[in-house]
Amino acid sequence: MYRYDELDQALVDQRVSEFRDQVSRRLSGELTEDEFKLLRLMNGVYLQLHAYMLRIAIPYGTLSSEQMRMLAHVARRYDRGYGHFTTRQNIQFNWIKLEEMPDTLADLAKVGMHAMQTSGNCVRNITTDQWAGVAADEIEDPRIWAEVLRQHSTMHPEFTFLPRKFKIAITAAAHDRAAVKVHDIGLRMLRNSAGELGFEVMVGGGLGRTPFIGKTIKPFLPTRDFLSYVEAILRTYNQYGRRDNIYKARIKILVHELGADKFAAEVENEWNTIKEGALALDPAVVADIAARFIYPNYERLEDNPAALARARKEDRAFAVWLDNSVSNHKQPGYAIVTLSLKPTGAPPGDATADQMDAIADLADRYSFGEIRVGHEQNLVLPNVAQRDLLELWQQLEAHELATPNVGLVSDIIACPGLDYCTLANARSIPVAQELTKRFGDHALAKTIGRLHINISGCINACGHHHVGHIGILGVEKNGEEFYQITLGGRADEGAKLGALLGPAVRYGEVADVVEDVVAAYVELRERPEELFVDTVKRIGVEPFKERVYATR
Amino acid sequence: MPLVKSGGIVEDPFVRIADDAPVPEGIAVIVSGARFLADAEALTQRATAVGVVWPNNRPVAELAPYLSRLALVALMFPSFRDGRGYSQARVLRERYGYTGELRATGQVLRDQFLFLLRAGFDSFEVSKEADVAAFAESIRRFDVFYQPTGDGRPTAYRRRLGRAFASVQPARTLMPCDTDARTGS
Ligand code: SF4
Repeated sequence: MYRYDELDQALVDQRVSEFRDQVSRRLSGELTEDEFKLLRLMNGVYLQLHAYMLRIAIPYGTLSSEQMRMLAHVARRYDRGYGHFTTRQNIQFNWIKLEEMPDTLADLAKVGMHAMQTSGNCVRNITTDQWAGVAADEIEDPRIWAEVLRQHSTMHPEFTFLPRKFKIAITAAAHDRAAVKVHDIGLRMLRNSAGELGFEVMVGGGLGRTPFIGKTIKPFLPTRDFLSYVEAILRTYNQYGRRDNIYKARIKILVHELGADKFAAEVENEWNTIKEGALALDPAVVADIAARFIYPNYERLEDNPAALARARKEDRAFAVWLDNSVSNHKQPGYAIVTLSLKPTGAPPGDATADQMDAIADLADRYSFGEIRVGHEQNLVLPNVAQRDLLELWQQLEAHELATPNVGLVSDIIACPGLDYCTLANARSIPVAQELTKRFGDHALAKTIGRLHINISGCINACGHHHVGHIGILGVEKNGEEFYQITLGGRADEGAKLGALLGPAVRYGEVADVVEDVVAAYVELRERPEELFVDTVKRIGVEPFKERVYATR
Repeated sequence: MPLVKSGGIVEDPFVRIADDAPVPEGIAVIVSGARFLADAEALTQRATAVGVVWPNNRPVAELAPYLSRLALVALMFPSFRDGRGYSQARVLRERYGYTGELRATGQVLRDQFLFLLRAGFDSFEVSKEADVAAFAESIRRFDVFYQPTGDGRPTAYRRRLGRAFASVQPARTLMPCDTDARTGS
């Protein structure tokens, strides 16, 4: 957990009072909607189909139980009793009244939460590995660096009105759980041959209507230059990024149009003028930030206690959940537990106020009061003693939070789509709901193995369909909802965009087509362990296409 | 349009001269960037001050050779959403060490005054009367800053280092600040 000091807290409080003033100026008509739009977006307030939506930052996906209870309070007091966790480690509330936004933000500020950098053309909430600090395979806790960047980008006087939004992700583990290659800047922590810590810097990745995988422009950046180099990238982008066409304004287009080498050279020139300046990081500054991350006081425990092994043998359902939702922790005797927010037939990522309270209580009892939000729209209890797993599982079951489908075919990522979003061409949530029903049988899902389905309601790709093992994209044809299906995308260290399966299909056919694709995979895979993405990589989309379209 | 400088409304001593009009003697003038570059030597040798209004899509590096002779650079904000001028301002102040008046012109909102000040602007053409009245209040709203920019406000990082140092040596009070940051050091 990162604890705000009095400076961090003062800024959050000052921001609430500023926004209160802005809302009252809007309500009195002193600000036009166009002017107010710029200001509300700086505070996470969107205008959606039916109402204003508030998106709250959960920096690097880490939440305390106290903060989770505050989210439950917000859901009850200002919204309709639930919230929606997004793919970018945020939570959204869809029904808050504009008049009540300042009070909502003031309540959140009491627990060090805010909505800064969740919208608008600024550096957005920095994301990282949801297992940061507990993953067995990480070099260092990447949240320290995410926090350094969070602070540096908060109310940045130069980069608050960029050509377009700007997303940065950091990973420090061998396995990339933060999808860094599909971000405007992706940072991968590594050691050079001399054993020094630094970052590989990638730029210009992104999804949306023109998807790109990020290109490496700096294979090794020493940590002292972390801020100055990011500043140089942002300054280059702020000056040369396109502003004439909103669809061409992201940095990926600039990198693409200039070429990665030319872009890298521009950044290098800029960087050389500032790298020895005030941004060179003093290790004492980093140490001060690192010191405000509080780590649990772990007990000395054995891995795999006898009682756990016994329970695993005796209770089949428990064993299924263990295999699916529990992962290795870097501390012996502890485990990382993922809570699925994807029960059969429900909208992905939604949590009710009661569930939030229950999760907060469970976190206090079993996870040192800590909760994580992952980009797969699931929650994580990162510090559970293995001896408590059985008890925890029983309680999660009672709150419908133990669906053992993490990483499986029914663990679907979907954007809000036509049910909420003004930009949508097609519905996303009902498609996801239908698919979770089709693949609701756990034995079946397990036979299929790891398979990620991602659904976006339009080309803006909030559901990250390009990098779904199966990607589903809503398009519109003559006023009717159609869906394009892609296969073989992935967002990890082998990031790749999916390939189109064939012509778009109607709403009513999507689930059938996905079933056909999955059936084809089960027949075509070399052996049961060959993952869906690996089969697609080996044989391409053609064999799938033949099967799916042969009967249509 | 009222001009705000040093927190209050001031009379603008500069007159804007159209590209095809002659430059009068004896008064301070502002000319366009293109005109200035075409005739920089003559313009900067006049007895009275000269300023330039510079577009936001042209590198300010082109002005670098003349900065010590310019009394004013006005940067343009065609829309309050277009943030290029913030980078230009910082580059002028922090890289090229420009110390003359730096004016924000075009569309700016009161909610942006503080960002502009922090980027190095020190005068503002303000379109709304109400925003002028609120100037002092809007720039006092925040007192925590994370980024070292050329405006000299102490950053949170520095204040923390000071705090750590002060707690080791309680006999001294220490409140370091970034007053030398304008030169980027
Ligand atoms: S992908 Fe399109 S429909 Fe879905 S949330 Fe984003 S903008 Fe809306």
